[in-house]
Amino acid sequence: MKIRKTTVIIHIIAWSAALIWIVPFLGVLMAAIRPFPEIIHGWWDFAEFNPSFSNFVEAWSHPSAPLAQGMLNSLLVAIPSTLIPMFVASLAGYGFARFSFPIRDYIFLSVVLIMALPQQMIAVPIFQIMTNLGLIDNFIGLILVHSAWGLAWIILFMRNYFLRLPIEIEEAAKVDGASDFKIFYKIVMPMALPALASVAVLQFMWVWNDFFLALILISSPDKYLATQRIPYMRGVYHVDWGVLSAASILVMVVPVIIYVLLQKYYIRGMIGWTVKG
Amino acid sequence: MTRRNKITSLKNFPLFFSPAIFLIVFFVAFPVLQTVYLSFFSPTDEFVGLDNYFDVLSQKEVLNIEGFPKWPPLGALIHNLIWILIHLPLTMFSGLILAVILKDVKGSSIVKSAVFLGMVTPLIVGGIILRFTFERGVGVVNAFFNVLGFEQLARTWTAYPETALFALIFGSAWLWTGFSMIIYSAGLATIPKEYYEAAKIDGTSPFRTFFRITFPLLKPMTITVVTMTILWELKIFDIVFVATRGGPGWASNVLAYQMWLLAFRDLNFNSAAAVATFLTFLTLFVTVGMIRYMVRR
Repeated sequence: MKIRKTTVIIHIIAWSAALIWIVPFLGVLMAAIRPFPEIIHGWWDFAEFNPSFSNFVEAWSHPSAPLAQGMLNSLLVAIPSTLIPMFVASLAGYGFARFSFPIRDYIFLSVVLIMALPQQMIAVPIFQIMTNLGLIDNFIGLILVHSAWGLAWIILFMRNYFLRLPIEIEEAAKVDGASDFKIFYKIVMPMALPALASVAVLQFMWVWNDFFLALILISSPDKYLATQRIPYMRGVYHVDWGVLSAASILVMVVPVIIYVLLQKYYIRGMIGWTVKG
Repeated sequence: MTRRNKITSLKNFPLFFSPAIFLIVFFVAFPVLQTVYLSFFSPTDEFVGLDNYFDVLSQKEVLNIEGFPKWPPLGALIHNLIWILIHLPLTMFSGLILAVILKDVKGSSIVKSAVFLGMVTPLIVGGIILRFTFERGVGVVNAFFNVLGFEQLARTWTAYPETALFALIFGSAWLWTGFSMIIYSAGLATIPKEYYEAAKIDGTSPFRTFFRITFPLLKPMTITVVTMTILWELKIFDIVFVATRGGPGWASNVLAYQMWLLAFRDLNFNSAAAVATFLTFLTLFVTVGMIRYMVRR
């Protein structure tokens, strides 16, 4: 009888936690699908209920900050900013896992330290470098910074993965006369697909969710990324909660869908880049 | 690191490392050094030693000692520290409790996904959601305090200096708890069942089992959670930018936001560099602590 009681209490706590965590999202969803006067006394007031998608349509083709363009821009930045560091960091991570040279551990230590840096630490010089290169307000500039910024953790993550691969296959290929690069490309990378999936999911999400780097590097409104457009949806004299909520939901839907579909890889990536250090 | 892993030779070093080194040197390492350099020079490029740091730390936006034991604004640096003091234990322990409880709950993956939603949400959207949640009338927090009879607290939290910072802190705890929950869940899965069976046979109470077995074995996860959480708290920017813009009256200003204001509103790159370097000093302090722990292990 005693065990039953604790089980019940545990279930109650667990499900109330789920409720507490979901309620703020529900509020914003209600604000997005209902006219504002209806929810002025709380979105849980269902005396009147006239859901519509008009706020989503308005956010999608907003006069000053259309989200359609923002989502497209975010994709144009996030896809290369995922693929470039994935490939570059895999090469280096493999190097760290398989080469032996004296200063390796120090380089490795600096890679870990880079992960601690706030983006503010590179903001001013990056702004100046990109201005000098003519890459300010240009997606290429932003992609380069995102790629470099993501490298540190991907190198660490891939190196940890490569260390656990059976080395015998590579040794056999080596005996057969395959070059190091060929071994990497033909044997190691296909074996690393699950790790690469984790990297792709996490890096894509971080770039999609990023705001600060876009804020300092992208300045013309038609090039604004999705996250940059949210602050511009607030309305002039009062907060236009309907459009703002609809825009927020549209921007977060992309990472949420990725998470739901590829949860396994996301969680593994999350745990891998922290716990196993 | 096992020694058997030396299969490739030094001659292929450039092939594997040069793309990564190129990107990191040009877009991370050089900018970092440049920021450190800028922080020691005046806008006219004269060496001024630590003057930029003293200037920045004496601005009341950064450190407002006069107002001290009262409400915010207390300055960005103190706000970051308050953030750590409240947010770190709150997210760490709620994540730990959830992870322990959810081990025995049917449908725990649904609960976990609900809590983890905050980690997946872009922080700029998180800022909008938490502002809405604390809004008078439409927000659920105010309805909650109205029901409990605390009319004082039933108002738009982000609009008042006494509450703005705390709204952001509690809101960000809601967003971040998923992190410690996931890390602790993964840690719990590594603890052998035999330990618990043995404790059960000995008749050890669940609390004692938790403090004598579970928590000590989760120490590596605790180190990770504490380090990553403090780094996250020090780097907080998006939420402040979108929900309060550091206001009202600097009451919710933080270091990262102050750096952005100095650099891209005031165009005072040298003071901004001093704030950035100071912030980085704080994050490195935390990281070095973790590295030392892991090396000793």
